[in-house]
Amino acid sequence: MKKIKYSEITPEKIYNNRRSFLKSIGFGAGSLAMSSLTFLNNAIGSEQDNLTSYKDITTYNNYYEFGTSKGDPYKNSQNFKTKPWEISIEGEVDKPIKLSMEEISTSFVSEERIYRLRCVEGWSMVIPWMGFSLSKLLSKVNPTSKAKFVAFESIYDPEQMNGQRYPVLNWPYKEGLRIDEAMHPLTTVVTGLYNKKLPNQNGAPLRIFIPWKYGFKSAKAIVKIKLVEKMPTSSWMWASPREYGFYSNVNPNVDHPRWSQATERIIGEGIWAPRVKTLMFNGYGDEVANLYSGMDLKKYF
Amino acid sequence: MKRYLKPSVFLLSVIPFLIITYKILFNKLGPEPVKEITHFTGEWTLIFICLTLAMSPLKKLTNFSIWIKIRRMLGLFVFFYASLHLLTYLAIDYRFDWQPIFDDVIKKKYIFVGFAAWLLLIPLVITSSQKMINILKHNWKKLHRLIYIIAIFGSLHFIWLSKTIFFKPLIYFLIILFLLLLRVRFKKIA
Repeated sequence: MKKIKYSEITPEKIYNNRRSFLKSIGFGAGSLAMSSLTFLNNAIGSEQDNLTSYKDITTYNNYYEFGTSKGDPYKNSQNFKTKPWEISIEGEVDKPIKLSMEEISTSFVSEERIYRLRCVEGWSMVIPWMGFSLSKLLSKVNPTSKAKFVAFESIYDPEQMNGQRYPVLNWPYKEGLRIDEAMHPLTTVVTGLYNKKLPNQNGAPLRIFIPWKYGFKSAKAIVKIKLVEKMPTSSWMWASPREYGFYSNVNPNVDHPRWSQATERIIGEGIWAPRVKTLMFNGYGDEVANLYSGMDLKKYF
Repeated sequence: MKRYLKPSVFLLSVIPFLIITYKILFNKLGPEPVKEITHFTGEWTLIFICLTLAMSPLKKLTNFSIWIKIRRMLGLFVFFYASLHLLTYLAIDYRFDWQPIFDDVIKKKYIFVGFAAWLLLIPLVITSSQKMINILKHNWKKLHRLIYIIAIFGSLHFIWLSKTIFFKPLIYFLIILFLLLLRVRFKKIA
C-alpha cells in the first residue's frame, strides 16, 4: 500500500494557496487529516494517482448546460449566479426541508476527498474534491420506508445557461441513485475542489459525486433532491436508453455502444502517454461491489 | 495566372497540416491532445470532402473549367487528412494494439463506417492519375462515384460518434446532402 503525501503531488503554489484558503474560511485542521486520502483506492498504480492539474479540472468539462464543447463551461459559466441558492429535499421523507447554501456549509464540514472521475467517453482525472457524505444530508429528512430511490434535479435557467436554450438534453438535468447507493459513504456532496470554492464550471454551488460511476451520474448545480419509490429516469436514459442505463457503474467488461470501456486516457498526461486499463467500479470495488452482489451487471448497466 | 492555380491550392490545403504540426510541437493541444488531433484531422477530412464535391456543381454553375482542374488535388487531400486521422487513432491513441482496434471496427458502427470510408478511398487514389483515366475510360466515372458513398459514410461517422444531437455533425451532413442532391437535379435537366 502506497500513500502519497499531498505535498508531493500538488504544485507548490496551489498547495500554498490551499493553506491560506483553509485559514481564511476556517475548514479547520480536521479537513486536512491524512485519513481522507484513503478514499482514493490504494490498489491503483501510482501513475494513475497523480492529481490532475487545477487548470485541466476547471477548463475541460462536460456540462452541456453551458455548451457541448469541453472548453464551453469554463467560458460560459463565469457569470452564473450561485447566490442565493436553495436546495429542496422532499418526497418520501418525514421532514421535507429547504436548505440554503449557507445553512449547508455551516451544518456540514467539508473534507478533502481525492477521487478518480471516469467519464463514459473514455478519459479520467483525479480530483481533490471538498465535500461530505450525502448520507449526512439525507439523515436530516428521515427517508420513509417507501424511499427506494433518490432523484437529483439540476437547475433550469436558460437565461443564464445558454446550453439549455437547445434541446441537447431533456432539461433540467436529472439523475438518480438507488437508496443504498445514495447512503454509501463514498457518495459525496461536493462543495469545492483543490480547497477552493467549487468553480461554476464544475457544478457550483453544490453537486454530487459518485466515484464508482461514470461522470454523467454526478449531477451538477443541484436544486432538488427527491426521495421516490420508483426508479427515476435520468436525462441520459431519456435521451438514449440503449446507451445509458440507470446504474452506469464503471465497468471495463461492458462496452458502451460508442466507446469501448476497457481502457481510458488520463487527462493531462500528454500525447505520448498510453491508455491505461479501466478498473471495475473505477477502482472502488472493495467498497461498493457488495451493493450489486447477485446482479447481472451486463443487464443492469 | 493559371500557372499559380495549383500550387496555391496546394499551399492552402497544407495549412491545416501545418497548424496541427505546430500545435503538437509546441504543446498547444490542451488537456486531451490525442482527441484534439483526432477531431482536427477528422473535421478537415470532411471539409475536403465537401470541397471536392463542390467542384462539379461549381463548374456547371459558373461554366469555368478551373474547378475541375483542382478537383483531383482536393480529392487527394481528402485521403491525406483521412489517413492522418486513421493513423492518429491507430498509432497514437491505440499504439497498434490490434485487439481493441479490431473490436472497435466490428462492434462500433461509427468506427465501422469511418474505416469503410477510408478503404473506399484507396481505389480512388490509385486511379487518380491521367493515365488511369485513359485506361478506365467511362468506367472511371462510375468508379469515382464512390466518393458519394464515402461522403455519406464520413458524415454518418461524425453523427454517430456524437453523444446527442450536436449541431456540427448535422451541418456537415446537410452540406453533403445538398451537394449530392445538386447532382440529382443536374442529371434530370440534362
